[in-house]
Amino acid sequence: MSGSRIIQGVVWQGQLCDCIVEGDRISELRPGTAGDPRGGELVLLPGLIDCHTHLREPGQEHKENITSGLAAAASGGFSSIFCMANTKPVNDNAAVTRTILSTAAEGHPRGPALYPVGALSHGLAGKELAPMHELARAGCAAFSNDGVPVPDSGLMRRALEYSSDLRLPVIDHCEDPSLAPEGVISEGPVSDRLGLRGVPSISESIQVARDILLASYLDLPLHLAHISRRESVELINWAKNKGVPVTAETCPHYLLWSEERVAEYDPLAKVNPPLGSEDDVSAIRQAVREGVIDILATDHAPHALFEKEAPISLAPNGISGLDTALSLCWTLVQDGILTQQDLVRLWCRGPARIFGLRDNGFNPGDPADFILFDPRETWIPTPESMRSRGKNTPCLNRELPGRIRLNCRQGTPIYGEFPPEAA
Amino acid sequence: MEWAHKDLLSVDQLTSSEILELFQLAQNFEEINSRPVKKTPTLKGKSVLLLFAEPSTRTKTSFDIAAKRLSADTFSLATKGSSLEKGEDLKDTGLTLQAMQPDAIVIRHSQSGAAGFLARHLQCSILNAGDGWHAHPTQALLDGFSLYKLWGGFRDKTILLLGDIAHSRVARSDIELLSKLGADVRLCAPRTLLPRHLADWPVTVYTDLDEACRGVDAVQCLRLQLERQQSGLLPSLREYATRFGLRKRHMELAREGARVMHPGPMNKGIEIDPDIAEGSDSLILDQVSSGIAIRMTLLYLFLTSTTQRSE
Repeated sequence: MSGSRIIQGVVWQGQLCDCIVEGDRISELRPGTAGDPRGGELVLLPGLIDCHTHLREPGQEHKENITSGLAAAASGGFSSIFCMANTKPVNDNAAVTRTILSTAAEGHPRGPALYPVGALSHGLAGKELAPMHELARAGCAAFSNDGVPVPDSGLMRRALEYSSDLRLPVIDHCEDPSLAPEGVISEGPVSDRLGLRGVPSISESIQVARDILLASYLDLPLHLAHISRRESVELINWAKNKGVPVTAETCPHYLLWSEERVAEYDPLAKVNPPLGSEDDVSAIRQAVREGVIDILATDHAPHALFEKEAPISLAPNGISGLDTALSLCWTLVQDGILTQQDLVRLWCRGPARIFGLRDNGFNPGDPADFILFDPRETWIPTPESMRSRGKNTPCLNRELPGRIRLNCRQGTPIYGEFPPEAA
Repeated sequence: MEWAHKDLLSVDQLTSSEILELFQLAQNFEEINSRPVKKTPTLKGKSVLLLFAEPSTRTKTSFDIAAKRLSADTFSLATKGSSLEKGEDLKDTGLTLQAMQPDAIVIRHSQSGAAGFLARHLQCSILNAGDGWHAHPTQALLDGFSLYKLWGGFRDKTILLLGDIAHSRVARSDIELLSKLGADVRLCAPRTLLPRHLADWPVTVYTDLDEACRGVDAVQCLRLQLERQQSGLLPSLREYATRFGLRKRHMELAREGARVMHPGPMNKGIEIDPDIAEGSDSLILDQVSSGIAIRMTLLYLFLTSTTQRSE
């Protein structure tokens, strides 16, 4: 792609701007022309980065595959996504990593970019370290045992140490399974009323405390996945004040919904960690505003609807998130809980910093990764309108605000079209 | 009696006046059970499917007898050892059964919410015969009916539920029904067998059995699942029997004429002393016969109601 293109009259951080793209780079972002008839309709944002998805390929393609997952990411406004290692077979060797990357390159040569996360332990079994150097050389961009907790603190220590010379982030899924055997939803008034096995909030926070102590003792960075509880936020805040190099993510569903969302045994709201109390929701909101939680991620966990159509205790955990993430976050902007600047920090700057990617700050020479978002439009996620094969979201068939008109990566549309240029 | 329910999933869908009307109706049905010929043609031509995906003797037999006394045809599904026992494909099983045009499906299932799940996917009436730890509405109705026949009402009555509350659908449904009818409900159990978040429940909690029994009008003793000890919730059955087993001396602390109840099957010598289970204050066998009358009443209401149904 060569030549230059002007995207006129878009809104960047509340200001009317024209964005000039030169090839695959940003050339300039300058104040817009007053009186542009389209002025102020579309919001300009850098392309989003999602460091936490499950694309199910290889092995569970009836839930999702790499091509459908990347299509959902493109239409959801993402320029880069990371995929976790809990595929079948597990991504714990170079062969699987290379297959993932070549499938992505074949299905979506222009992106979104896909960064595989290698397994931290062999087979995710939490017993022996995975071959991290081999995985890194094949293209893995981070390591995690996500989906399966690592109860063995000794192994977690060795993983942090061994991976440290690769300078790739380690992501931990914090859960003490002994506190939550076969837990279905959060332990609380709802689980007691419905007669469901509960997961106590401290099942997450005890592991967060352990991880913080490990990161502090070793002075090595560690990223905490899908944080959902007040106690965890308090621990992370303590750690950051002490200078421990930990970072943390949460997901749109922990900002939006509490355990009450499952009160009618709704399996679509079953997720791990389970939706917390109203108090957890307000603690998580405050933590993302104040930066105690650094970033947002979807934890995109697609499942076939027939798998979710079961009594809640037998249904699999997970919410499909790539299609709806930005619209769901926009409801928080509408409600005054987050600002547009927060979205840029939580979905772009933050993840780029933690995972070592170059993001688009709209400075000359930055990669032309950006989206145009129309906040006045609405849409309804349905099995037909969602690009992901996983239709499992609590907002299925509910109207959401905002539509992505264009997702541009390296100067080329990967979803939607450039708005027509003025003559 | 007007009946606008499609399904019976839990006691909380019923109003207290509906429950009392149901008890009055049940007294008429109970009369049928004492006749030499215990059968009426009321539900002739109706079919009731019994889908018991968890072991059950008395509830299943009770529903079966209740339906047959009203001349409905019943069909049981053997599910032991099948994939359904684990809850797989419950939707498919339900749709398959519905295609056989039953008028009602009675379901027992090991997972909380299973009856409601089936009710959402099927058009025929679903009667919950126990789902996981969640609800056992017909048990609560028969427990209430046994006491209603004795007392005529629940004002100033105190009932103690003793034993494993946390994992008990009977306890959850009994608490709802008895408190809805105006009784005071007490719970007594070790902490490990109590739900953690009881603040909003209409109950008083005791951990000392003597204190709990003082002045009560009835004690419903719950079955202790023996695997609770294996899963680390109790140190030993002996310790449980010593601290929480109901004996004669506890009943002596209760109000004069207080009754002993048990939903069965009993672990005699663990949660209940055989002498009081079989003694003159025991309502345990009346609970069984009340069960048939209550289930006849419910089948009659669900299978003959022509009023507009709502969920």
